Amino acid sequence: MSFSLWPSLATIAPEIGLTLLALILLFLEVYLPKERRVWIAYTSMVGMALLALTPLIWSPPVGGATAWGGMVRHDHLSQVFKVMILLAGSLTSWMAIDSTRLSKQGEFHFIIVIATLGGCLLSATADVIMLFIALETTSIPLYILAAFHRNEARSIEGGMKYFLYGAFTSAIMLFGLSLLFGFTGDTSFIGIAAALSANDGLNQISILVCMIMILVGFGFKISAVPFHFWTPDVYEGAPTPVTAFVSVASKAASFALLLRFLAAVFPEGILIEGQEIQLFWVNLSAAAAAITMTFGNVVALVQRNMKRLIAYSSIAQAGYALMGVTAMAQSGESAVASVSFYLFMYTFTNLLVFAVVLRFAAVSGSDDIRAFAGLSRRSPKLALAMTIGLLSLAGIPPTAGFFGKFFLFTAAVDAGYTWLALLGVINAIVALYYYLVVVKVMYVDRSADDEVLIALPQPVSWLLGVSCVAILLLGTIAVEVIYDWTRLGASSFISALSAAL
Amino acid sequence: MTLLDIPLISAIIFTPLFAGVIILWIDGEKKDLIRGVAISAAVIALVLSAFLYFSYNAQVDQIAAAQSSMDAESPFTATQMFADGLAFEERYSWLSTLGISYHVAIDGLSAPMVLLTGMVAVAGVLISWNIDERTREFMAFFMFLVAGVYGVFVAVDMFLLFFFYELAIFPMYILIATWGWVKLREYASMKLTLYILVGSVIALIGVIAMVIVADEFYRSEAGALLLQDAIEAGLLPATADGFSFDMVQLTLAAEGGAFRQFGYLGYETLSFARLWFPLIFLGFAVLAGVFPFHNWSPDGHVAAPTAVSMIHAGVLMKLGAYAALRSGVQLLPSGAQTHLPWIVLLTIINVVYGALIAFRQRDFKYVIGFSSVSHMGLVSMGFATMNVTGMSGAGLQMFSHGAMTALFFGCVGMVYDRAHTRDIPSLGGFVRKMPWVAVAFIVGGLTSMGMPGLSGFIAEFPIFQGMWQASDVISFQLGGVTIHNYYAIIVIMAALGIVITAAYVLRVTGQVFFGEFNQARFHDVGDISVVDRAVLLLLGIPLIVLGMYPAIMAPMIETGVLPVISILAGGV
Repeated sequence: MSFSLWPSLATIAPEIGLTLLALILLFLEVYLPKERRVWIAYTSMVGMALLALTPLIWSPPVGGATAWGGMVRHDHLSQVFKVMILLAGSLTSWMAIDSTRLSKQGEFHFIIVIATLGGCLLSATADVIMLFIALETTSIPLYILAAFHRNEARSIEGGMKYFLYGAFTSAIMLFGLSLLFGFTGDTSFIGIAAALSANDGLNQISILVCMIMILVGFGFKISAVPFHFWTPDVYEGAPTPVTAFVSVASKAASFALLLRFLAAVFPEGILIEGQEIQLFWVNLSAAAAAITMTFGNVVALVQRNMKRLIAYSSIAQAGYALMGVTAMAQSGESAVASVSFYLFMYTFTNLLVFAVVLRFAAVSGSDDIRAFAGLSRRSPKLALAMTIGLLSLAGIPPTAGFFGKFFLFTAAVDAGYTWLALLGVINAIVALYYYLVVVKVMYVDRSADDEVLIALPQPVSWLLGVSCVAILLLGTIAVEVIYDWTRLGASSFISALSAAL
Repeated sequence: MTLLDIPLISAIIFTPLFAGVIILWIDGEKKDLIRGVAISAAVIALVLSAFLYFSYNAQVDQIAAAQSSMDAESPFTATQMFADGLAFEERYSWLSTLGISYHVAIDGLSAPMVLLTGMVAVAGVLISWNIDERTREFMAFFMFLVAGVYGVFVAVDMFLLFFFYELAIFPMYILIATWGWVKLREYASMKLTLYILVGSVIALIGVIAMVIVADEFYRSEAGALLLQDAIEAGLLPATADGFSFDMVQLTLAAEGGAFRQFGYLGYETLSFARLWFPLIFLGFAVLAGVFPFHNWSPDGHVAAPTAVSMIHAGVLMKLGAYAALRSGVQLLPSGAQTHLPWIVLLTIINVVYGALIAFRQRDFKYVIGFSSVSHMGLVSMGFATMNVTGMSGAGLQMFSHGAMTALFFGCVGMVYDRAHTRDIPSLGGFVRKMPWVAVAFIVGGLTSMGMPGLSGFIAEFPIFQGMWQASDVISFQLGGVTIHNYYAIIVIMAALGIVITAAYVLRVTGQVFFGEFNQARFHDVGDISVVDRAVLLLLGIPLIVLGMYPAIMAPMIETGVLPVISILAGGV
């Protein structure tokens, strides 16, 4: 295969752009006087928002292509996810403007840009070596960011936990990947699948062990039960914008990779010792989905702290998305599209909720749920934004979350997992309960500070406004455009895979 | 451009929706402006609904004639009847990949419901005129609620129906939780929301599964042929493919027998309809207050502010019954034939038990709350007859009970607002202070007892008659024993339930409006305002008009019911 530079550069246009942006931010940090450093945040925010256009400008060919020696895929699925991750990065920088401790920290934005870079690569990975490098490029910056408030015990604790868990699960995953390489002699996803289906004397148990070890790594990144223990502590301790970024961008990239990895490496029809190997991960993922969403929602019921509540809710949300992963084996395209759409709308939803939490904590100094009492009197706009965010998390129309859940349930029922879909809707009701409690606290309960109004600075109001509009549009008229786009990504991904095998 | 060219149904849905959004942007202190916007939106929607209703009513004879001359040999008679009955149709593609469209229309069943929604919405805004605490939020959420309710009744796409159904639930929660009766509101609002949502999301999964089964059916040879024929006959748009949430297309699948094929999930005696009918029907019937899922209802109604009680008992409970009829009986006819013969037992419990509990209450509002449970049982009972008479009665009962209950709750609210108590024994003699309310309550009470000349009689009599007719046809198998004629026993019990109704209505009327007036305690109680009188007239007059002149609604409902009956007859 001959190598041509220009077309190859186009496949990683966002990554190149992010590297340049990171360098620019470093220079700005040096040259700007301290009081004007908020411009770093604006540069980072606008830069990433503009870069979100690059995957659309250098659009992939129909059916996608593999570039850089088989390391990255350039297809519509990566297009969807790269746009999503870049938007998440941009909104995170935007959100950080509201934080007095972060807005003027050049290195904060620099590290966010690097983590976004890792996320973009992760969503386009087609090779286990690239997988690990991209995974670490996302993770290591986030370990640093989680502990960014160096003089705050909670932040340090969160960062430390995140790092230890992350390092441990990465190691296990790496071990699994090297075993897989040992068994098959190849590092590309397609190559591994080809070697597996050639099947010269492979042992069923060993492949299963490999798969489980690799899934441990994924389980950590998407915070699936039982690898979720870091989530509440990190969410609570880390600076709020970082929490937001971890909960959306890092999770979205990991889901993209999970879809790619499972569909490409263990496709249908690979029999090892007479056993359909695809069934392993389908059943594992169904079980993980069921346990993750149930656990997340049940534990969220008893939370008193807003960030911990969102942490457990995000565990549950990962469980819903895993439902789509499970359905992928049977209903392919619609399942992949449903996961992509879910994460797309989740990006805006969760960022919106965290933006509200950040603003509120900046005024009241607390993220206790009870402190939100009377918010609708203190700032009707903030309360309305929070309500829209929570309703979207709960999946109530006309917000985007309704469609997100609807697509997932449809994919699950279509794939024959009606029981999982039923469990999913029951969980959605449990979740609705604790979201409604928050809404009730904001609208019904009264507090001593009822009369103390909360001011909304311009950047925050715009951030809230943009996210709310995005959520409402995704839940009504824009849904077709975005869903068809994710569907295009899914179909190009699935058809390229079936062509390659 | 004439009035008919405007997308009228969309105008009805979006007027309150936009009014709600506008209200949220108005300064919270300008309360009169807020009320003005709300009442204008509600009145515009009511006028448009009335226009729709009466123009549909003018066509009813033609529709009925077309229905009776329908080609019985056609493979899709019932679907044709259903599609021909739809008027003021609007269809826009929404999410074509998944066969979801914004498809709205009215037919003989939904037109009265739309009119009812319009009436109760106007009455609700008027009776909330004096709400002073956060008027802006109250009116905005009330408008959203009304928009959602309108949407459900006009949706001809199952997805759209769910969309509006769930859209209505959140505003309802927040209205009850924030402006409700302090002692009960948090508990009751949460209970109500969770009950209703659990039912509806299970039904949602059922409908998704239904669409997937229909899709498989349309891919089979027979199904593809049927779809092709239906497209050629102009029933479905040329772009229709198998996967669709459109009700016409699902009705076609039901008529083609897609849901009654045995071997579902690999079990020989299981068909899709048999498995899913109870889940879908009862899932929606939760909102209609079917026993044993009625528990949310009395608490919810008592806790809600008056306007919300009115719209909740008056319209939302019908919304559950309506959706259960549409997605349950119409789309899964063979399931209805299997399961309604035992579900009827639940409805008789509703009727009798609800009435008995209502009799025992001391709280004025609880009486009405339980009476709603009792009367809604009659609606479900009408469905269970599965014949034209009974189902038409159910349709009439939905309208009649809606207006009647809204009137009741309005009366209760007016008394409570002035007397500050709802304890029946301590009230008394209010006819002297509030003659209008007393008259309105008596009219409502007589309606609820089924007094001839009022709408309750027009509605309940056909239900009983339908039960009696069904008694010879429907039998029930229990452990190898076939039970015949038990519908007759049930209908006798139901008639006894009406006697209990008469007892509690007379008791409440006697104790609240007549008897000794406690001058010391209620010396500052005054008469109701002009606005309140308008509410009583708006809701009371239709009860009398419909009772005196049933031809204004009964034939229309019959045209709406006939497609359902036709599909039931073919769905054995």
